[in-house]
Order: sequence, then C-alpha cells, then structure tokens
Amino acid sequence: MVKILMAFLIGGLICLLGQLIMDLTPFSVTPTHILVAVVIGGAFVSAFGWYQPLIDIGGAGATIPLSGFGHSLAQGAISGAEKNGLLGAIGGGMEATAVGVVGAVVLGYLMALIFNPQG
Amino acid sequence: MKKIGQQTLVFSNTPAVVSAAAIVGPKEGQGPLKINFDLILKDNLFGEKSWEKAECKMLQEAVNRAVDKTDLDLDGIDFLLAGDLLNQTISANFAARQLAIPFLGLYGACSTFAESLILASVLVDGGYATHVMTAVSSHHDTAERQFRFPTELGNQRSPSAQWTVTGAGAALIGPKQEGPCITYATIGKVIDLGIKDSNDMGSAMAPAAADTLAIHLKDTSRSIDDYDLILTGDLGSLGKFLMEHLSERQGCRLGDKYSDCGILIYDSSQDTHAGGSGCACAAVVTCGYVLESLRLKKYNKVLIIGTGALLSPTSMQQGESIPGIAHAVSLENINS
Amino acid sequence: MADLKKEIEDSLQQYKEAEYQELIQQLRPKPPVVKNALAAFAVGGFICAFAQAINNVIIQTGLPQKEAGTVVVIIMIFLGALLTGLGVYDNIGKFSGAGSIIPITGFANAIVSSAMEWKREGYLFGVAAKMFTIAGPVLVYGILSSVVIGIVYYFLK
Repeated sequence: MVKILMAFLIGGLICLLGQLIMDLTPFSVTPTHILVAVVIGGAFVSAFGWYQPLIDIGGAGATIPLSGFGHSLAQGAISGAEKNGLLGAIGGGMEATAVGVVGAVVLGYLMALIFNPQG
Repeated sequence: MKKIGQQTLVFSNTPAVVSAAAIVGPKEGQGPLKINFDLILKDNLFGEKSWEKAECKMLQEAVNRAVDKTDLDLDGIDFLLAGDLLNQTISANFAARQLAIPFLGLYGACSTFAESLILASVLVDGGYATHVMTAVSSHHDTAERQFRFPTELGNQRSPSAQWTVTGAGAALIGPKQEGPCITYATIGKVIDLGIKDSNDMGSAMAPAAADTLAIHLKDTSRSIDDYDLILTGDLGSLGKFLMEHLSERQGCRLGDKYSDCGILIYDSSQDTHAGGSGCACAAVVTCGYVLESLRLKKYNKVLIIGTGALLSPTSMQQGESIPGIAHAVSLENINS
Repeated sequence: MADLKKEIEDSLQQYKEAEYQELIQQLRPKPPVVKNALAAFAVGGFICAFAQAINNVIIQTGLPQKEAGTVVVIIMIFLGALLTGLGVYDNIGKFSGAGSIIPITGFANAIVSSAMEWKREGYLFGVAAKMFTIAGPVLVYGILSSVVIGIVYYFLK
C-alpha cells in the first residue's frame, strides 16, 4: 500500500512538473514537445545515476512516466557498453526497450484496425 | 466609377440576397442560434464515410436548399462561387462537380464567405450574371486534423483557442428586390502584426478587421450609428476585445452594436474556449440569423466583416507569422 | 533614399508589432494554472498508482521485478491504446493535460490517435506512415540520447 502511495506521489509530481512547463512557458508547448523533453530529460538524469533512486522510492511512479522510458534507454546503452563495447553502446538502448516499443507499435496498429476516430 | 475612396465598392444596382440556407453540425445545433438553421446534422459524418466527404455534402446540401427556396432550379444559376478551409479547397471543388454550375473556387481562409458575397455582387451588379450562388463550408474534425492534431489526441486546448464550426452556408445573389440587398463592400488589405501562435487566431485577425472597418467608414462617410449591427466573422472573445481596443484607438467606439459571429454561435457552457471559427462561422450566422433578422425588420442595416487568418501548417512550421485579412459587406433592407 | 524609407517603414512595423503584443498580453486569458496543475498531479499520480497496483499483483505470481516491470508497461500501453480507441482518452486529456500525456499511456494515445485518424487514407500511407507523427520524434530523440550516453560512457569508463 505504501508502494502504491509513493507511486502516486512521484508519478503525480513528474506530471505536475510537465503541466507547469506547458502552462507557464509563453510559446505554445504541444504534447510532442513535452514527450520529447521528458524522454531526453529522463535519459540524461539516468546517465548521471540519479533516476534509479527515484525508482527505488516511487516504483511505477518513476517507470510509467516516459522519463522511465528514457531511463531504460540510457541504462540499456550503459550496460551494453559494459558487456559488448562500442556496438553494445549503440544498440543497448533499443535492446532494453524493445518489448515496450514493439508492444506500442503492435497494439497501436491493432487498435487502429478495430476502432474509428469519433471526432 | 463604381469604387469610392480607397477600397470600397458601391453597388448602385443593389444586388439582393434572393435566398439563403444554413446547415450546421450537432454542436452548433445546441447553440443559441439553433432556431435559425435550416438543417442540424445528427452526427459529424452526415451519412458519409469520411469527414471530408461529409463537409462536401453539407456544402452541396446548403446550395440545394437555397435553390429550393426560389422558383429557380440549378440550371438557372449562372455561377457558383465557393470555398472552404481544406487544402486545394476540396469541399467546394467536389461539391461543384456534383452541382454542375459554372464554378470559381475561392480561398480567403475564414473570410471566404465575405469574399464570395463581394464577387457575386460584382457579377450581378455589373450585369454579367443574374443569379450567382455563394457557398462556403468548414468542419471541425477536418480542420482539426489538417491544422492541428489528431482528433483523439488527449491534449489540452489553450484558453484562446477557437472551435471550428461544422456547417455550410449558401446565399443566392440576384437582381434587386425588396428585402436584404448588398450596397457597399470594402475589400481589405492583408495585415500582419507578427502573431505566431496558431492557437490564437483572434489576435492575428483583429488588426485586419479594425483596419477594414475604419476604411469602410471613411470611404462611405458613414459612422457606427448608421448601422444597427456590426458583426465580425470569427474573432472570438479575445479577438473581439482587441478589435474594440484597436477601433477605439482610431477614434471609433464600437459599443454594444458590435458583436462577433464566433461568440454568437455558441453558448458559454459549450466549452469552446474563445468561441467559433471557420468559414462556416460567419456564413451560418449570416445566412441563418442575420438575413432572417433583416427580413423580420429587426435590423435594417448590418455590416458583416468576414475575417480570415491566412496560415498553413507549413508556413507555421517554417516560423512565419499569421497574416490576417478582413472584408466588409453592408447588408441593408431597401424598400422600393 | 529608398533604403531610408524602407528602414523607417520596418521600424514602424516593429513598433506596431511590439505595441500589439503588449496589448495582447494584457487581455489574453490565462490558463487556470493551479487547477491544471492539480488535475495533472491527480490523474498522473492515479495512472502510476494503478500501474504499481498491477505490479504488486504480478509480483505475487513469482515473476522477478524486472520482468514484472515490462509486463506492467505492456498492460499500460494496452489500456492507453484501448481507451483511445473507445474515444475516452481525449476527454481525460482535456481535463488532466500533462497528467495523461507523460505516462506511457499518453505515448500509446499519441500512436493510436494518429494511426486511427489517417485510416481513411489507407493502411500504407495512412495508418503506418502517420502512426509516428507524434511518437516518431519521441523515439528519434530517445534513441539519439541513448546512443550519445552509451558512446560517452564507453570512452569515459
């Protein structure tokens, strides 16, 4: 139960931060801007080793926001570099996130086959 | 010379609005002007397979209904002047394919309706035609996917964003008769004050509307008091504020004779943020509400200022600002 | 002479633009920052708490945390995609903004909404090509970041 509460807090705070960026910047910030920024931000925070503590505290609260996707990409690249050298550094990020990306493409395609936009 | 001042045309033969029809989508059909529309769609698809096809069918249907209100048939219409917001104005082009009336396609963004009224009046007044059909359409979903995001994307709309009106309006311009006639028209300049926010069309168009109004009044030596109602096309609530400010600076207090079609068409509870926009916004309000009010003599002189934001997704992405345009058309009851 | 005239016109236009911007800033309606922030916090938090609850259940079956995490991601993507297909997710998004954009369900929403929207333009140039209009940049910059981090790490370790 504590884990769920912490996930709520950490996940909520990450989203709150994103919302403040959207509302308080003078130019218009689209969902694309936000998603890209969160992924890049998550990757670099993770590269410095600061994202893992967040996951230890928040669990899904840190892995479900897209910054968690950035974290997996960064950690995949780092462990790839450890194990397989330069090639691992290049492919490690994709390898670590492959299931998620494939899942999104396949499920996305299936849903698009089944449903129509309602406007 | 049939032109006075800098930019204003005088129609001495006073072409008349013979008939008009307005079709709207379900959301507009719940708005305050619902009793003025000829047809309210049950859904946004209008029995078609895509929204683009639905928009095209609305435009056709509006033309057909406007013709049905007269003794004429489609063969009796000399020309069709029509336009819409989509790339290559497909709604108008494909409607014209079905209607088989000699056709000129127009694009003036949301000012297209005013543009078509002016050109139709020129043709009729100049004796080149007896009956000219004007028609425009817009559709919330087709506009949204072309100009902004997929309709099912879970994003928040900004408070200054406007809601594209789903609908089509058609007006048949013909020889002089009793009732609403077109007396003056002022063709506006493209004015750009550097607005770059595609969620804020009202601000982009307000300077053009203020400029066209000022020039119209100067050219015709009229004042605000000569009109019973002055309507801008689709400035929305923010654009209306700006229009009032800009006009006041030029020494012209608009007061409560002034309103905006984008504000009239929706209820504040309908969650459209700044109000309506799109070609159909000015068209359905004019063809539905304004012409009916003129017929009932509730108003006798109305100035419609069609406003358009001349942008494309490409120009936006290349960092261009949004130019605005506005054309004014004076609709008056003439007793002969 | 012509240059001078153009220069005067340009600076006049700039002055007008700046003055107009100022007027707009005064009149422009502000987004309800506090309400939006609270909504984003609540909905974003709820989505993550829900995922954590699923995670807890999966852990009970004896799956190690790493695999359980991946399964949770897939389930969340499925839910995001399904709610988009049912036409619910855009209404959640209207209320919660970033709260439903940033979680992985928002990524699924971006993919499905684009793919579905262009279905009428065919399965090759419509669904498949347009699927990545929003998700594409995310993948491109995510992958670029990962490669940069990997290579830098390789040379610094």
